[in-house]
Amino acid sequence: MTPPQSQEQRLKRQRVQDRLFRGSTQFFAFLVLALLAGIIISLFIGAMPAIKHFGLGFITGTDWNPVTEQFGGWNSITGTLLSSFIALLIGVPVSFGIAIFLTELSPVWLRRPLGMAIELLAGVPSIIYGMWGLFVFAPWFADNIQPTLAEATVNIPLIGALFQGPPMGIGMFTAGLILSIMVIPFIASVMRDVFEIVPAMLKESAYGLGCTTWEVVWNVVLPYTKNGVIGGVMLGLGRALGETMAVTFVIGNAHSGISSLFDPATSIAATLANEFTEATGELHTASLIELGMLLFVITFVVLSLSKLLLLRLEKSEGSNT
Amino acid sequence: MTFARQVLVTLGASAGLFVAHANAADITGAGASFPYPLYAKWAEQYKVKTGNGLNYQSIGSGGGIKQIQAKTVDFGASDAPMTADKLNAAGLVQFPTVMGGVVPVLNIPGIKPGEVKLTPTLLADIFLGKISKWNDPALVKANPGVKLPEQAITVVHRADGSGTTWIFTNYLSKVSADWKTKVGNEASVQWPKGVGGKGNEGVAQYVTRIKGAIGYVEYAYAKKNKMSHTQLQNKAGSFVNPDDATFKAAAASADWAGTPGFAVVLTDQAGAEAWPITGATFILMHKKQDNPAQATEALKFFDWAYKDGDNTARELDYVPMPAAVKDTIRTSWKQIAGGNGPVWK
Repeated sequence: MTPPQSQEQRLKRQRVQDRLFRGSTQFFAFLVLALLAGIIISLFIGAMPAIKHFGLGFITGTDWNPVTEQFGGWNSITGTLLSSFIALLIGVPVSFGIAIFLTELSPVWLRRPLGMAIELLAGVPSIIYGMWGLFVFAPWFADNIQPTLAEATVNIPLIGALFQGPPMGIGMFTAGLILSIMVIPFIASVMRDVFEIVPAMLKESAYGLGCTTWEVVWNVVLPYTKNGVIGGVMLGLGRALGETMAVTFVIGNAHSGISSLFDPATSIAATLANEFTEATGELHTASLIELGMLLFVITFVVLSLSKLLLLRLEKSEGSNT
Repeated sequence: MTFARQVLVTLGASAGLFVAHANAADITGAGASFPYPLYAKWAEQYKVKTGNGLNYQSIGSGGGIKQIQAKTVDFGASDAPMTADKLNAAGLVQFPTVMGGVVPVLNIPGIKPGEVKLTPTLLADIFLGKISKWNDPALVKANPGVKLPEQAITVVHRADGSGTTWIFTNYLSKVSADWKTKVGNEASVQWPKGVGGKGNEGVAQYVTRIKGAIGYVEYAYAKKNKMSHTQLQNKAGSFVNPDDATFKAAAASADWAGTPGFAVVLTDQAGAEAWPITGATFILMHKKQDNPAQATEALKFFDWAYKDGDNTARELDYVPMPAAVKDTIRTSWKQIAGGNGPVWK
C-alpha cells in the first residue's frame, strides 16, 4: 500500500511538471531563434574579408574573376531574381487555373486523384527535375522551340532581342521554366486548400444572383482567400529563390550578363554549388559566403514585403466596411 | 542516361566506402576528380589484396588542398602542382601518381574524331570568343577538305574550379599572350564566353547535347563517351591525336628529379609526338605526422600502386610514372616523419 498523497502534494508535483514542460517548449522555440542568429552571424563573419575589400560595390560588380580576385555578385543576384520571376510569371496563372478547376469545376470523382497527383509532384526531389530538364527538355527545346521562337520574334523591337542567340536549350529561360514546374505544386495545393474554405453560402449566393463561375472566383473566392493565395505564391517564390540543383543543371553556369533569355547565366545558389568546394583563395571563399548572405537577405526581404502587403490589405479591408 | 547511372554508381561507391570506413586501418583521402576513377579501382584491388580500404572523396583539387591543410584526411590530391614555396609554407610533401591528357572535344554533326585540326592560336581564339562560327575562314584554312558547317560555336567550360581547368588554362596561357593577359591560369577563371558544366561529366554532357559545342575533358571521359576529339598542333609543329603514346611523349622530357616538389607542368612540351595539354596529378601529405601509423598505411598504398597498379592505370587511359621517377618519389617520402622518425623506411 502506497501512502496516500495529499491533494497539495499532487498539485505541487503537477505545477513542477507544468513549469518543466513550459520551460522545455520555450527552450525549443528559442533554439530556432538562436540558430537563425547564429547562421546570420557566421555568414557575416565568413563574408567579412569580401565586405571589407569590395564594400557595397560587391552588389553591383559584374566581374567574377578568381585569377585577379575581383568579385562582384550582380550577375548571380540578377540571375536568381530573374529566374524566380520567370518561374512565378508562368507558375502563378497555371496554379490558379489548377486550383479553380479542382475546387469549382472538376467532377467530384476526379478531385482526389488529381489533387494527389499534384501533391506527389511537390514531393519529387529537385535533382530529378534538373536531370529531366537537361536530358529531355533542353534538347527538345533547342531543336523544336528555340529556333522557331527566335525566327518569329526577330523583327519585333525590344522583345525580339529577348529570344535571340544560338539554340542551346539551356539558359535563363529553361531555368525559369523548370523552376515554374517545381513551384506549381506548392502554389496550386495552397490555393486549392484556401479556395476550399470559402463558405458555400457565399458562393451559392453569388451563383444565385446570376454570377458566372469566373465572376464568382474573381469577386468572391479570391477576395475571401487573398491572404492564403499570397502566402502560397510567397511559398513558391521562396522555393524558387533558393533552388539549387535543378537550376545548376540547366541555367548554363556562366558569370556573364545576359542580353537574351536564352543566354546561359547563373544564380546565387548555382554559383555556390559550383564553386564552394574549389574556392581556395580567402577572398573567393568570402565572396561566396557574402553571396549566400545576400540570398538570405533577399529571401528575408521578400518574406517581409509579403507580410507588409498582407497587413496593408487587411487595413484597407477594415476601411471598406 | 549514362550520367544518371554514373551518379548512382558514385553514390553507391561512396556509401560503400563510408561503411568500410568503420575499419580503423582505412586510409582517407580527398581531392582531384581527374584521377578518381583510377584511385577507386586501385582501392578496390588493394582491399582484396591486403584487407585495407581507401576512402577517397572526389571533391576537387581545391577541396583536396583545403582538407589536407585542415588535417581531416591522410592525403590530399590535386591536379595543379603546388609550388615549392607554398609546399614549404604549408609543411606539405608533394608527389605525382599518374599522368593524363586533357582533350578538346566537339560536337559537329558528321565530323569524326580527330578530323578537325586546331593550332594553338585557333584553340585560344575559339575560347576567347574571337572565332564564333565553325566556318570561320581561319578554321576552314586549317582544315582543308573538312566540311565545316555554318554553325555558331558554343564554348563549354567547367563551372566548378578544377585541376582540369588549371591544366587547360595553363596551356592556353603559354600559347596565347592574349589569353594570358585577359584570362590567365587558375583552377577557375573568368571565361570570356560559354556555358559551364559541373565536372568532367557535366562538360561531356553539354558538349554531346549542344550542336556546335566545343569543350575540354579529361581523356578517359572523351573516350568513354565516344566524343569527337580534335587534333592539336604541338610545340614542334606537328598535329597529334591524344592517346597514350603522345601523353608519354609529353612526359618524356620532364625533369622530375630536378624540380622541387615534383611540381612539373607538362603542357606545351617540346617532343615531336608530344600531346600539348598533358598533366600529372599529385598527392599531398604533411611532413609532420600526428598519426605516423596512418601515414605509413597511406604510403604503403601508393607503394603498392606504383608496383602493381600500372596495368590498371593503362586500362583507364592514364600514363604511369617512369620507374626511375618512382624511386625518386619513394626517396622523397623520407621527409615524412612522425614522433619516432621517418614513417617510411
